[in-house]
Amino acid sequence: MSQNIEDRGYVHPGKLVSTEWVAEHLDDPEVRIVESNEDPLLYPSSHLPGAVQIDWTVDLNDQLRRDYLDQSGFEDLMSRNGITRDMTVVFYGDRSNWWACYALWVFQLFGHDNARVMDGGRKKWELEGRELVREVPVYAQSDYRAPTRDDQSQRAFREDVLVHVEAGKRMVDVRSPEEFSGELLHMPGSPQEGALRGGHIPGANSVPWSRATNPEDGTFLSAAGLRAIYEEEQGLSPEDDVITYCRIGERSSHTWFALKYLLGYDQVRNYDGSWTEWGNLVNVPIER
Amino acid sequence: MIPSKLDELLEDFSFITDRNERIAWLIDAADRFDEVRVPPEVAAPPYDEAHRVPACESDAFVWALPADSKDTLNFRFDVLNPQGLSAMALAVILNDCCSGAPLQQVAAIPQDIVLAIFGREVSMGKGQGLMGLVTMVTHAAHEQLGSQSAEA
Repeated sequence: MSQNIEDRGYVHPGKLVSTEWVAEHLDDPEVRIVESNEDPLLYPSSHLPGAVQIDWTVDLNDQLRRDYLDQSGFEDLMSRNGITRDMTVVFYGDRSNWWACYALWVFQLFGHDNARVMDGGRKKWELEGRELVREVPVYAQSDYRAPTRDDQSQRAFREDVLVHVEAGKRMVDVRSPEEFSGELLHMPGSPQEGALRGGHIPGANSVPWSRATNPEDGTFLSAAGLRAIYEEEQGLSPEDDVITYCRIGERSSHTWFALKYLLGYDQVRNYDGSWTEWGNLVNVPIER
Repeated sequence: MIPSKLDELLEDFSFITDRNERIAWLIDAADRFDEVRVPPEVAAPPYDEAHRVPACESDAFVWALPADSKDTLNFRFDVLNPQGLSAMALAVILNDCCSGAPLQQVAAIPQDIVLAIFGREVSMGKGQGLMGLVTMVTHAAHEQLGSQSAEA
C-alpha cells in the first residue's frame, strides 16, 4: 500500500489528494471532480458520483488549429461545467492519471492554480471498490472569467527547445524506449500522430513516464522514489531548467507534474509539440 | 473480402456522425464481454504469454478455438484491465463477426478497422493495442489456413 500523501516528502503535497479525501468531498459545492481519460468509453460507462468529464480531444484542443482552447473557449468550458474561479478542481482518470495531469497542465495555462490530482486515479478508486455511477450530473452554469492563456511559464515551443538544446539544458523524453531509439515511429494507419524521423532530441534523458508511478495502484512514487530516478539516476536537480516531451505532450504532462509539484522544480515546461512536431521539422538535430 | 457481418457493421459505423452515439454503441458491446470471455476449462490466469495481445495496455488475451467446421474458428478473449472497455468492445465485435466466419475472410481483415470503429481520434497508444487485437485474430486465421494447406 502507498504511504499517506503527507508522509511521502513531496515539496507541494497539496497538489495530490487521496481517494479518501475525494470520497469525503463528493458533495462539497466548492469542489468539482473532473474525469479525463484516454479511453472515451470509460466516463460514459461509469464515473465518480458528481464528476464531470473533460475530454482531451474535444474539450481541450482547438478543433481547427493544432493548439489548445483559447481564453473564451476555456471560459465556456468552465462555465458549462459550473466551475468557478475559486473552486477546487480535482482531476482523475485512467492510465495512472496521465490524462488527468494533461488536463491539469492546460488549466495551469489559464492560471487555475486550485487544481489537484486524485492519487491513483480511477484505478485506485476501482480497486477500493468505491461507488461509480452512470448518471451525468448537471450543474448550474457559472460565469467563469479567465486570464489570457500564459504560454510562457509552463509551455515550451519548438524555438524554445532549439535554444534549450543549444544551451545544453536538461530535457526528459518520457516516451517508450522504442520511441526514444527511433525504432517505433507511429501507429499504422494513424499518421496524425506520426513523424517522418525517429529518435529523440539531442541530450534528452529517457525516463518513461510510468516509472513515476506504482504499477499496482497507479499512485505516485514517494519523493525519495522519484529522486532516485530523476536525480540519482538521471542527474537532474531542482535548480535545472527542464523541458519534458513525449509524442503529443500528454504523457509528458505527467512527468511535468511530478517534477514541478512533487519534487518542487521551479523551471519545468512541457513541450506539447513533442515528437510529432520535432520528428517532422526540417533541419533540426536528432539523436538515435 | 472480409466477413459479411463485419462489412455490414463497418457500413453502419460509416453513418455514425455523432460521437456520443458511437460511444453508446461501443459501451453496449463492452457490456456483453462476459459472453466472449475465455471459459475456465480453456484457460485460467496466469495465461500463457503466447495469447497476449502485443502493445495492448489493457492486458488483452486471445484464444482461437476449433469450431464445428474445420474452415472456421471460434475466438475467445480476456481483458485483465477492468478499465479496458475499448478492448472489451472490440473483442465482442470480433467474436460476433469472426467466430464461425470463413478463415480466408477473417485473415483478410485490415488493422485499420479500428479507426473505422473507434474514430480517427483514437490515441496512438490505444490504437496500437486495439490493432494488436485484430492482428491476433487474423494471425490465428492465417495459421489455421497454413496448417490446412500443409495437411493437403
